[in-house]
Amino acid sequence: MAGRTYAYYPGCALHGTAREYDVSARLVCQTLNVKLQEIKDWSCCGASSAASLSPLLGIALPAHNLKLAAAMELPITTPCAMCSYRLKTAAHELKDEATARQVSEVLGSAVGPEVTVEPLLQVLSEDLSFPIRKPLTGLKVACYYGCLLVRPKSVLQFDDEENPQTMDRLITALGAEAIDWGLKTECCGAGLPLARPDLVHRLAYRIISLAQRLGADCIATACPMCQSNLDIHQKEIEAEHGEKLGLPIFYFTQLLGLALGFTPRELYLHKHLTNPLPLLRAKGLG
Amino acid sequence: MTIPDVIRPPLSRPLLIFIEAHSGQPVSRCNQCGKCTAGCPAAWAMDLTPRQVMRALQLGLDNDVLASSAIWLCLSCQICSVRCPLEIDVAKVMHSLRHRTQEDKTHPGDKNIARFHGVFRGIIHRYGRIYELGLAGLNNMVSRRPWAHLKLFPAMLRKGKLPMRPSRIKATAEVKNIFQKVAALEERFSTPSELTKGDR
Amino acid sequence: MARIGVFVCHCGSNIAGTVNIAQVMAAAQTMPLVTFVADNKYSCSEIGQTAIREAILKQKLERVVIAACSPQMHEATFRKTVAQAGLNPYLLEIANIREHCSWVHSNDKAAATKKAIELVKMAVAKVARHEALFTKEIGLTKKALVIGGGISGIQAALDMANAGYPVILVEREPTIGGRMAQLDKTFPTLDCSSCILTPKMVEVAQHPNITLLTYAEVKSVRGFVGNFEVEILQRARKVDASKCTSCGICWQKCPEKIPAEFNLGLGPRAAIYTPFPQAVPNIPSIDLAHCRYIKYQEFVARGEEGKKPPQCRICERLCPPQAIDWEQSDQVLVEKVGAIVVATGYQTFDHTRYGEFGAGRYPDVITGIQLERLLSASGPTEGEVVRPSDGTHPKTVVFVSCVGSRDERMGRAYCSNVCCMYMAKQAILLKEHDPEVQSYIFYIDIRAGGKGYEEFIRRAQEEARAIYLRGRISHIYQDGKKLIVRGEDSLLGRPVEIAADLVVLATGIEPSAGAKELAQSLNISYDAHGFMVEAHPKLRPVESRTEGIFLAGTAIAPNDIPGCVAQGSAAAVKALAVLSRPSLVSDPMVAIVDPLRCTGCFACQRACAFNAIDSQVTRDGKTIAVVNESLCKGCGLCVSACRGVAMNLKGFSQQQLLAEVNALWR
Repeated sequence: MAGRTYAYYPGCALHGTAREYDVSARLVCQTLNVKLQEIKDWSCCGASSAASLSPLLGIALPAHNLKLAAAMELPITTPCAMCSYRLKTAAHELKDEATARQVSEVLGSAVGPEVTVEPLLQVLSEDLSFPIRKPLTGLKVACYYGCLLVRPKSVLQFDDEENPQTMDRLITALGAEAIDWGLKTECCGAGLPLARPDLVHRLAYRIISLAQRLGADCIATACPMCQSNLDIHQKEIEAEHGEKLGLPIFYFTQLLGLALGFTPRELYLHKHLTNPLPLLRAKGLG
Repeated sequence: MTIPDVIRPPLSRPLLIFIEAHSGQPVSRCNQCGKCTAGCPAAWAMDLTPRQVMRALQLGLDNDVLASSAIWLCLSCQICSVRCPLEIDVAKVMHSLRHRTQEDKTHPGDKNIARFHGVFRGIIHRYGRIYELGLAGLNNMVSRRPWAHLKLFPAMLRKGKLPMRPSRIKATAEVKNIFQKVAALEERFSTPSELTKGDR
Repeated sequence: MARIGVFVCHCGSNIAGTVNIAQVMAAAQTMPLVTFVADNKYSCSEIGQTAIREAILKQKLERVVIAACSPQMHEATFRKTVAQAGLNPYLLEIANIREHCSWVHSNDKAAATKKAIELVKMAVAKVARHEALFTKEIGLTKKALVIGGGISGIQAALDMANAGYPVILVEREPTIGGRMAQLDKTFPTLDCSSCILTPKMVEVAQHPNITLLTYAEVKSVRGFVGNFEVEILQRARKVDASKCTSCGICWQKCPEKIPAEFNLGLGPRAAIYTPFPQAVPNIPSIDLAHCRYIKYQEFVARGEEGKKPPQCRICERLCPPQAIDWEQSDQVLVEKVGAIVVATGYQTFDHTRYGEFGAGRYPDVITGIQLERLLSASGPTEGEVVRPSDGTHPKTVVFVSCVGSRDERMGRAYCSNVCCMYMAKQAILLKEHDPEVQSYIFYIDIRAGGKGYEEFIRRAQEEARAIYLRGRISHIYQDGKKLIVRGEDSLLGRPVEIAADLVVLATGIEPSAGAKELAQSLNISYDAHGFMVEAHPKLRPVESRTEGIFLAGTAIAPNDIPGCVAQGSAAAVKALAVLSRPSLVSDPMVAIVDPLRCTGCFACQRACAFNAIDSQVTRDGKTIAVVNESLCKGCGLCVSACRGVAMNLKGFSQQQLLAEVNALWR
């Protein structure tokens, strides 16, 4: 990990709703000597919308970006779970000859499946000996992976589908306590908050409330959709359930950044709608 | 979606044959154990549960399947697929069904979600990347709910979470070209004889 | 030259409906050496056989072809028929014009008739070259071996011993009793399992005809029906059985405690132990992997520096009859037996492979067998059903069926047969133990096909108030003290969530560890899962394909107790049918070496799957192959392996087969 250079694919959300993920990811990577070279003029992976209406478009859009990265001769890393899922799936599908033929017809030139894609969580977990300046002692974290980092294992080959451990190990290495819980890979509603907010609220409530009941102080995520579904809607969910939640939702890179000595402001922690600063102050981390 | 009051299974089941070929998934094998539905985070909101979608396909209730909200409410989270005891990729079946409604121009079982996907695709087509404020605004317009999510926007704007301008790429022409070629290819592949590998 | 008779069977309309019998007969008339042709409505009937016998005598026939059904069906019948007429039974050839012809070509009668004629032509050409063959008598050891001391093996051993034959019963565990000993009650009668099992265990121990070897394993098997030679490894208990009085002081005082296998880890046992109070034999064994003195000895033997572990030897010091014997070592026993019953039983599926059920990390998600131990009065809680996590009494209990059954993702397509019934039983017992318990049983189909079984399910539903929910569980997770179980009520088509105190996984049945390896050393077939394969799934359900080796119980397939007991008895009868014969008759259709052509390359020996090729030195000092006719199964592998054409198979000689082929184009 350290010293290696990656073709960096931030994904659309990291330029918008998830800017703090981009900022914190770049900060910790710099500190840990992981070099990120942003892919020039990258385009959207298509997310679930492209794939769900047209299977071929769902491969062609990420394949276009695989092609850009292949020209850089670097492995790709992306903080976004959706992007890494789409890129890895496309690379996997390109192993099939008929699909590869169709895709090269669409893109005008062949794309090999050999480009490797590693989610940023995987890159940053390879070596857990971090130069910690402020251990997150006393912080109980529910690590939430969502769907797309781990499922299906047959394609993604990353971590256990039901009880992944990568983020838990990373969080533990920061001095925090990762709680054992059963909704680590439960879906939070993905990209549907605009179309079906009712659905997303219900799923997010299940996840947030269980983490809270099991004693977690916060949830750590590795996906901009997971983070925003759990963070942005908490007020509305609280109103619907008549229950106070107020559970801070972090990107794992922000927790890593805190432990590496960055300030909450540097890590854009003030950007969250569910304010994490009271918790950090209470734990002596803010 | 309405299940007929008396089910009279038709002798031919064209949708089942199409979906099995397109998705590569053996829908006929399903023994209705319900594990897909048991784990589905959205099953409670569906008119047909994932298991019932498989059943209706098996029985040849083609119109009812295509008109169901289930195929739109599927979050593609793949819990059903990875846990299925008969190793049927149920999420892939849902994808193929959505794809089919597009081709058939079937009235979607959940208009809001179908429109959202359309808007999403339109924005990528135009800018090459997602423009979240535009996505939200346009989605509100097409779903004829102009005031939806209005409470959230000010807070998000204040936090700088919704940039006012789209992040536009240089090579938008290339992305538009991808859309065009895919559409042309799919036109060609939509006739069953040319459907070689299906959704892969 | 030989006079050949051809008899064409109609088999009612089975053959005659498709094949033109008159044309076949007319063609047969013209075949070389055929002097007589007749047809029969049913050749296998008494009338048909009589007609054949009379024709042999009257027409002075010397060879016979019967064109009828597969030799699998009636070759044995017709050999007796021709023998009764004074012919050597091996001067008979069957032309299979039913399975190979009429049944498979019923849509083209002309072609079927043509094929039938050709099949008869081939048979005539072959039978003309038959030689009279003669069986031999071989002696046999009138003693049986039973492998596995569960209920199936116990039943087989007792039945054979009671018939007056000596039996060796070999069990891998320190006690017999098997899985049945772990059960609390049995369905559908709710008899106490150990109450009906222990009398049989004691009978085994006391039976004068039974030699019981526990803590022992079959290592290798050689030989053939009537004359097997078995190597048995008797593992050292480190306890002198002749001195031990089973007083129990040793295991009560042993300081080393480890989770008890018999209780599936729900309670401890000592390093010197008997698995349960009614164990047979009730002689403790020292578990070498955990005994402190053994660890001390190993430490000393390694010559390591540092603090020595304690020597312990408390059992030795406290044993009143001084039965602890550290010098006792493993022994290999060699036994001769005439028949073998394989009853190696089952183990349950490893549910930790299901990540969605917690992969074993939730203490209150237990297996069906663990619940049996909790329900049992002799179990770790003396029959009090409590949650392993906190010792409280569960009120809401969820049963999950088909864990490791009917699940192709887990490589288990088959149904485990007993789970539906044991879940119903456990729901009834839970209600008896605590009327406040509410059971929920998630099922896919309720399989209750046995006698009184469906009524028993009704009892669980009506008396024990168990709620049956049709659907598979997808997810179990811990929420505080509760376990959230997510399923679907597929009858209403809605998701279901139950906050349970205890979840019971009905883990399926799979063959015991080591079953495949044992099957390999016995030379019997097993399926992809490791279950033993029967000689015929319907008509020979307790015989293996290897003569003299019989099967019983869950080694064959998942089964319940009555099924296992019936199979144990059935296998015993089959074995007795071998043991009770004065001598065995060898099949004369075996391989034979032409000593003049054999070059002694022994390619045949390497090809032989039955170790039937020995070597011998001829008078001129040449080492050549020789067939052990008792071991040879007549499979013909050696014939095809032999490059020098020195091997031949009696009854299927190369000359005979060539004549058949030649007849086709002549």
